Amino acid sequence: MQNLVGYPLELTGEDTPMVRFTNVRKSYGPLVVLDDLNLDVAEGEMVSIIGPSGSGKTTVLRMLMTLETINGGCIYVDGKPLTHMPKNDKLVLANTRYLRERRADIGMCFQHFNLFPHMTALQNCMEGPVQVLGLSKTEARERSEELLELVGMIDKKDQHPSRLSGGQQQRVAIARALAMRPKVMLFDEVTSALDPEVIGEVTNVIRALVSQHKLTMLMVTHQMGFARDISDRVCFFYGGKIEEQGPPADLFGNPQKERTQKFLSAVSEAI
Amino acid sequence: MFDWRWDFVAEIMPRLLWATGNTLMAAGIGYVIALVLGLFLALGQRGSNRVLTTILREGIEFIRSTPLILQIFFVFYVGPQFGLVLSPWVAGMIAIGLHYSCYLSEVYRGGIESVPRGQWEAATALNMTRWQTYKQVIIPQSLPFALAGMGNYLVGIFKDTPMLSVIGVYELVHTANAIGSENYRFLEPYTLVGFIFLAISLPTAALVRLFEGRVRSKMGMN
Ligand SMILES: Nc1ncnc2c1ncn2[C@@H]1O[C@H](COP(=O)(O)OP(=O)(O)O)[C@@H](O)[C@H]1O
Ligand SMILES: [Mg+2]
Repeated sequence: MQNLVGYPLELTGEDTPMVRFTNVRKSYGPLVVLDDLNLDVAEGEMVSIIGPSGSGKTTVLRMLMTLETINGGCIYVDGKPLTHMPKNDKLVLANTRYLRERRADIGMCFQHFNLFPHMTALQNCMEGPVQVLGLSKTEARERSEELLELVGMIDKKDQHPSRLSGGQQQRVAIARALAMRPKVMLFDEVTSALDPEVIGEVTNVIRALVSQHKLTMLMVTHQMGFARDISDRVCFFYGGKIEEQGPPADLFGNPQKERTQKFLSAVSEAI
Repeated sequence: MFDWRWDFVAEIMPRLLWATGNTLMAAGIGYVIALVLGLFLALGQRGSNRVLTTILREGIEFIRSTPLILQIFFVFYVGPQFGLVLSPWVAGMIAIGLHYSCYLSEVYRGGIESVPRGQWEAATALNMTRWQTYKQVIIPQSLPFALAGMGNYLVGIFKDTPMLSVIGVYELVHTANAIGSENYRFLEPYTLVGFIFLAISLPTAALVRLFEGRVRSKMGMN
């Protein structure tokens, strides 16, 4: 049992971030993947995470989605601890029940979509609202159709994923996640598995979300141009740490650290 | 030497058809027990309780590596020593259902494990419970993978029902034996029983394959 001493049971005050990583550590056996990570994301902020392969970008999102256990430190969402729960004025590792309660704030889209293949696009979107939120079928359908409309997939609502292109599947996956009304949305390389000509349909959906919604978003991406366009802040990860971060204009236009410069010039050469 | 008697066939046919009913009932009840119990065994083995998973895994291995006929004898003849007096039917259904549940649990397990991990993660991201995930996401997807094995064991359990004759369940083989020794003629009853088994097994296997294809296409899997 990993109890935390000296961590607040709750974050309060004006500038409470929507997401806070405090000294978060994650390792697989001897391999340290995240090393004492500190990161705040404000409400409504869009933060992009870039960096070389294996630098821990996906792990950051997976920890926040509670798909991985934590080895040190604590993650807070909306002021309350996520990975831990208060017990006798201490923070102890969260149990399943607590996790379920807190996880409701977070939604995630995956590189390989992970749609449910035995359900249609519409059923994929309705599944969470019906099963988890307890909405009636009618309410869930209404909500889902609205979102499929938003992502431009309403015409294909009765198709199974196997009949959809990668870009279409990813748009359904975004609608499915949004149907749960999360406060924080996570995108893990959502365009990396797509053919170049359909990347635009997915990035346009994310663009629309940024401009229309007050969602807090964390996005891991290899598309530097897109990150530069839509992020409020960009974090460059290197070796499980944030090597450098800042507004996109600064980080891309005038990177301070040598590793950032090297990485950015390597990616721009690749294009 | 080879004197096939049609009048004898006509005479014994009603009794054999009645016994066919018993055989089908035994196979059906045994299979339903095995289907349900097998699912619990499969899910139990995948649970987080280490003690339970070990007990289940070893128990399944034990039952799978000992003969069904021994298990039938055991339940029927040893049961009473522990105050468990069971009719041949009840003892037989327990033994055969338990035996096949162990095989079916392996079929389910294989099917469940063939569902990609990303499906679990997507369900977690939607905040579904473990049970909801099994029910709505994992089991439906594992079905197409499991159906072939489930069909094999349906035919298997059907062909194994004659073992129940050893404790006196009036299924087909038991009835054929009885007819044979009453009339001193075994050719017709045994031959007919063979054909009855064939006439049921073959279409069942074909139906299972048909069903498998339909489930796959209904789930958008081809
Ligand atoms: N389940 C796992 N078991 C062992 N090592 C893992 C596991 N998941 C990720 N890793 C390792 O953790 C490191 C960071 O992975 P990841 O967060 O996926 O990097 P990125 O998304 O930046 O490419 C990599 O070295 C990867 O091999
Ligand atoms: Mg990654």
